[in-house]
Amino acid sequence: MSGKRGLFFLPTLALWQREMTRFVRQRNRIIGALATPLLFWLLIGSGLGESFRGAEVEGGFMRYFFPGTVVLILLFTAIFSTVSVIEDRRDGFLQGVLVAPVSRASIVSGKCLGGMTLAAAQAALFCLAAPWAGLPVDGAVVMRLLVVLLLGGFALTALGFVIAWPLESTQGFHVMMNLVLIPLWLLSGAFFPARAGTWTEWAAALNPLAYVTAGVRRAFYGDGADLGLVPSFGAAMTVILLFASVMFLVALRVVRREGPESR
Amino acid sequence: MSAAVETVDLGRNFGPRAALSGLSLSIRAGEMFALLGPNGSGKTTLFRILSTLLAPGAGTARVGGCDVVGEAMAVRHQIGVVFQSPALDPQLTVEENLRWAGNLYGLRGGDLAVRARAAAEALGVYDRWSDRVQSLSGGLRRRVEIAKCLLPRPRVLLLDEPSTGLDPAARAGLRATLERVRRDAGVTVVMTTHLLEEAERCDRVAILHRGRLVACETPAELCGRSGTDLAVVSGPETEVLAARVREIFGWPLLVRGERLRVEVPAGGEAAGRLVSALGAAADSVTVGRPTLEDVFLDLTGEPLCGEEER
Repeated sequence: MSGKRGLFFLPTLALWQREMTRFVRQRNRIIGALATPLLFWLLIGSGLGESFRGAEVEGGFMRYFFPGTVVLILLFTAIFSTVSVIEDRRDGFLQGVLVAPVSRASIVSGKCLGGMTLAAAQAALFCLAAPWAGLPVDGAVVMRLLVVLLLGGFALTALGFVIAWPLESTQGFHVMMNLVLIPLWLLSGAFFPARAGTWTEWAAALNPLAYVTAGVRRAFYGDGADLGLVPSFGAAMTVILLFASVMFLVALRVVRREGPESR
Repeated sequence: MSAAVETVDLGRNFGPRAALSGLSLSIRAGEMFALLGPNGSGKTTLFRILSTLLAPGAGTARVGGCDVVGEAMAVRHQIGVVFQSPALDPQLTVEENLRWAGNLYGLRGGDLAVRARAAAEALGVYDRWSDRVQSLSGGLRRRVEIAKCLLPRPRVLLLDEPSTGLDPAARAGLRATLERVRRDAGVTVVMTTHLLEEAERCDRVAILHRGRLVACETPAELCGRSGTDLAVVSGPETEVLAARVREIFGWPLLVRGERLRVEVPAGGEAAGRLVSALGAAADSVTVGRPTLEDVFLDLTGEPLCGEEER
């Protein structure tokens, strides 16, 4: 008998590994999470670029929109990695995990670390194109990017987990995505900068995703650059860390409750 | 020797509906035990409570001496759970599924490799070792699932309708597997079922009806409890037959469609007496020991399953 407590490390690793294997075996997920934002960037970036003027967007809209596209990739990959929670429940796979002597924290951690790895990797892949957008990349940029992508990826996967856990169908999930997450992204400073004294300032200050966008923007430009209302890298990371911790705890709470099949 | 599974006054409601109420039963270690009942009888609710997925609303349930709520992790260390729809990842191979499941139970490395292979061989799925689970038939998936559940060497194996979706050959194979597991490893086997042939082969059967336990005995005890045999009389006019049997013998009877079910004294003379009394009005008369289905009908007043399932 291996004790009365739930196991943590080995199950977490196993759950993480399964996320990786499944992702690699579902090619369309790789394309979907990368191609959509890339297309957004190219079409919206070049189409809007002509009509977009302002002091904040020095270097053209393609350059302004680049960090926002990174965040969109992060968001898509992280959030959609948690759709598997709903699929696993539907297929009965999740029950097998729930009856195993696995600490509930391990179930949340495995999923969040898996989503984080996939999201950060996809976003990092896109960042390779940064020099073409007029954003030079050096060692410090890479370090800052790694921090914000990993932390942001973890926080967004945890958010997706909390949304996905009580749902019985993937349709509900897509409604959430379109109704809540896309607007949050649009208001995060990814698309247009928040302006002081307007409602967009508040929207950005209260929007957790705005700090992810700020983090990515600061990762490229550094804290020295004048980016208007965009907070410093350290401030953005502090907020994301806080957000990630809260989401993780909420996820843990929902897992400890009974799932939707008990109703 | 403590019971492998013990429930006391167990109850659970879903909204205003009582899925389970006042259920007390005790399953001995090493027993092969069936929870028999139609859909909605509460057997799946009981299964989910025993597998720690659902909290009881009232009363207590203990598996291996541990409480399913207060000591859920300790219970999970002792049980293997086979669900109706196999909890396997169809995108992973048989080997990956087994290794993965082993990891969840803290197994790793050489020990896990040896156990996984042995389990796959024991269940006859080793030749599909490197195939993805999505390419396997329902029967094979069930066997992989059972192999997976046996890896951590559980003391209690819980199965939810294990025969669902299996053809007769696969059912027989499953039965043999469960017998072997119990004999070799002393595993307590508890299964829910609505199939009589499955329940009849268990050591004891608990009959559930509308969330309540109506009987819990060996199949032989259940069938022999009344001390009577059962005669089935068929004929074109069952009402006429029924009236005549009542008039002549006064035996308890039940009209079921084209058939008359009569409780007759055991001993074998009843058949002859019925044939001579009814004459040409009866097409056929058969007398036998009552089956579990007869017992179920007796106890609950309802047939075990709808016609389409027979």
